[in-house]
Amino acid sequence: MENLIINIEKSGHVDQDEINEIFRIMHTINGSSAMMNIGSISSVAHSVEDLFYILRENKTIDYDQSKVSDIILESIDYIKEKIGMIDSGMPDISDDGPLTGKIRDFISEISGQSEGQKVAAAVADGPGSAAEADDSDRTNQPGNLRAYSCVIFFEDNCGMESIRAFSLIHNLKDIASDISHSPENLTSDSDADRIIHTDGLKLRFKTEHTYEEVYNFLSQTIFLKKIELTEMTGETDDSRDDSRSESSSRSAAVLPEQNDSRKADLLQNTVNNDASGRITASHHSIVSVNVAKLDKLMDLVGELVISEAMVTQNPDLDGLHLDNFQKAARRHRKIISELQDIAMSIRMVPLSATFQKMNRIVRDMSRKLDKDVKLEIIGEETEVDKNIIEHISDPLMHLIRNAIDHGIESREERRAKGKPGTGTVTLEAKNAGGDVLIIVKDDGRGLDRQKIIARAKANGLVSRPENELTDKEIFSYVFLPGFSTKEKATEFSGRGVGMDVVAKNIGAVGGNISLNSVEGKGTVITIKIPLTLAIMDGMTIAAGDHRYTIPTLSIRESFKAKETDVFRDPDGNEMIMIRGECYPVLRLYEIFKISTSVTNIADGIIVMVENQGKCLCLFTDELIGEQQVVVKALPDYIKKFRKVKGVAGCTLLGDGSISLILNIGGLVEF
Amino acid sequence: MADVVDNELEMEEDTQKGRYLTFSLGQEIYGIEISYVTEIIGIQAITKIPELPEYVKGIINLRGKIIPVIDVRLRFRKEPRDYNDRTCIIVIEIKNISVGLIVDSVAEVLRIPDSEIVDPPQLNKGCNRYIKSIGKVGNEVKLILDCEKLMSEEELDDLNEVV
Repeated sequence: MENLIINIEKSGHVDQDEINEIFRIMHTINGSSAMMNIGSISSVAHSVEDLFYILRENKTIDYDQSKVSDIILESIDYIKEKIGMIDSGMPDISDDGPLTGKIRDFISEISGQSEGQKVAAAVADGPGSAAEADDSDRTNQPGNLRAYSCVIFFEDNCGMESIRAFSLIHNLKDIASDISHSPENLTSDSDADRIIHTDGLKLRFKTEHTYEEVYNFLSQTIFLKKIELTEMTGETDDSRDDSRSESSSRSAAVLPEQNDSRKADLLQNTVNNDASGRITASHHSIVSVNVAKLDKLMDLVGELVISEAMVTQNPDLDGLHLDNFQKAARRHRKIISELQDIAMSIRMVPLSATFQKMNRIVRDMSRKLDKDVKLEIIGEETEVDKNIIEHISDPLMHLIRNAIDHGIESREERRAKGKPGTGTVTLEAKNAGGDVLIIVKDDGRGLDRQKIIARAKANGLVSRPENELTDKEIFSYVFLPGFSTKEKATEFSGRGVGMDVVAKNIGAVGGNISLNSVEGKGTVITIKIPLTLAIMDGMTIAAGDHRYTIPTLSIRESFKAKETDVFRDPDGNEMIMIRGECYPVLRLYEIFKISTSVTNIADGIIVMVENQGKCLCLFTDELIGEQQVVVKALPDYIKKFRKVKGVAGCTLLGDGSISLILNIGGLVEF
Repeated sequence: MADVVDNELEMEEDTQKGRYLTFSLGQEIYGIEISYVTEIIGIQAITKIPELPEYVKGIINLRGKIIPVIDVRLRFRKEPRDYNDRTCIIVIEIKNISVGLIVDSVAEVLRIPDSEIVDPPQLNKGCNRYIKSIGKVGNEVKLILDCEKLMSEEELDDLNEVV
């Protein structure tokens, strides 16, 4: 629905289908929330419904397009928030008054334009009265009205009869006027349920619709058991006396069998409504699967790979010449690797949902900052592991905000520079090997090199002469904490806690971020993220009998050291001097308390690892090799004890043994 | 058809009820309710994890599933003993958490009727807090373990160690 509205706004006009679509969705929300007794959602949805009702009925009125979208989007946000609250079990406390009031004001504004004071006054009276106002229009057209009386029975034990009756009457207001019903007080009378259940809901109303129309309308009600509808022509128009006899013959009782089919129809209707709502969001046919099941599938496939290796490389086969077996084994291996690919790809989700969210941000911001900005999305079908998507949404949002707030200039400034008045922010995703590149590009003013250098100097970050710094180095300062060249903070950005957080979040999923900018032309920010969190490049190392895996991303270098390179401080901490800088040395076997024969610095190897600028030298027995590993979490039982600082998870090696994945961030704190 | 399934379920529950897997730990024979037991495997390579209590030996790879293993000897503050080919890991599952218990050897599956099971004596020593009840089979006595306590009192224990 959100997408729909934004689409509408883009196209600059609302066509009838779209209005109907929104109306339908809102109606569904309204109906179901009323059924669930969530008053606030219902009333907001209802107000929006009223608004669109007016839009639908008065095709010609002139109204402020963007204002409508504003209101709708606000309502959607509100509803989303409410649903979130209900999900998390919070009591419904917030007040929907301001929002409904706003919508109502707006309704009165637009209807005032078209229909004059009468409706406006009526609308101001209350939420339900908007519809009534329209009804009163009809009442003014004499001669067309017919009166009906009707008794409606709901199905046994459908529950909440009074609420159903209430919503029925409410719906009826759309097509009829002068409605009176018995029992009269539906919502506050506790007996209403029982009365309706036993005696039925008695209704009298006037409408211009024909008997069939009314009958069809009423029979759409959920859980309907029986309708007795009678046209009372005599009461309104004497000249129609003759039709009285006709009317009695028309009065009908819905048989239960018919009712069932109608219910089915109705269900289908709702399903269709839902479906059409969903179709606008995505055109794929999708089965939602529990992530735990997918994990299990991955486990099993991984296990299959190992067992395959155990079979085909079985020591019992050594020295045997088995042509047919080898052929079969090759085939087997091929199928398994295909299966592995598929199992992996199941977890992949297209970026489109995340990208579409940005549409909204661009829209809101460009409105608030009064800049013309359009968002171009390229490659939204690129797929990334679900876990990663969750992590990049916030950073992306931040980058987009930055681009609009800092990057894109105001309309006048742009024109003065000979650029088109509307700024463009491009959000692009593409595959590059085992990584996904997400590029955020704007054609704004770009970064001010001098300002950054000045700021970096002020913060004491520049250690070399200015002319030796490359562009890349200069721009990388932007990602340091507390670095903002914007003098004053705005609502959206500029407090200097932005880019470093972005860089950190991206780093947390094993990605990196780089920035390039040409002053006056714009800025390009490239985020490189791995396809999946479940697989990682790792260097396997050995210490004693144990195997450990270090994420390749955090390894800077590895080298052999001489005994004399390493020295101790008075506390016994070892350290090593490399190219004029001093790094602490940690012996892996000491931290993890394992026994190994390699304790002499010269016999083992030192791996220098880095985490967020902090470096550390790990001393270990030997390097085994680099490979892709499937990351598994430690069992909950282990995590329960305490957070094991140096270990991020574990992985299975090809021979089925377990290797612990080192958490460099944790080790640095040792 | 549904009846048949129901019956089968009942049968299964019946066959599990009152049955205990017994294992030896030094001189004593312990039992655990068979419904907790997933499988019994031989001892295999255990990957150590740092910073954990001594009795948590580490993790093993059980067909792609990583599960922690506890040495029950150390858990009960008994003398550690080297593992041999009689040493077994009993994999139990409680509340969806799988844990391997390292025991000296697995004995047999016994049926102990409820009438033969008595509550443990109330002692104020911490030792029997993991014993749910005591079963009598002939002249022998089997200590029936409370698996849930075995798993859940860890933190408390941990705290005590710190203090």
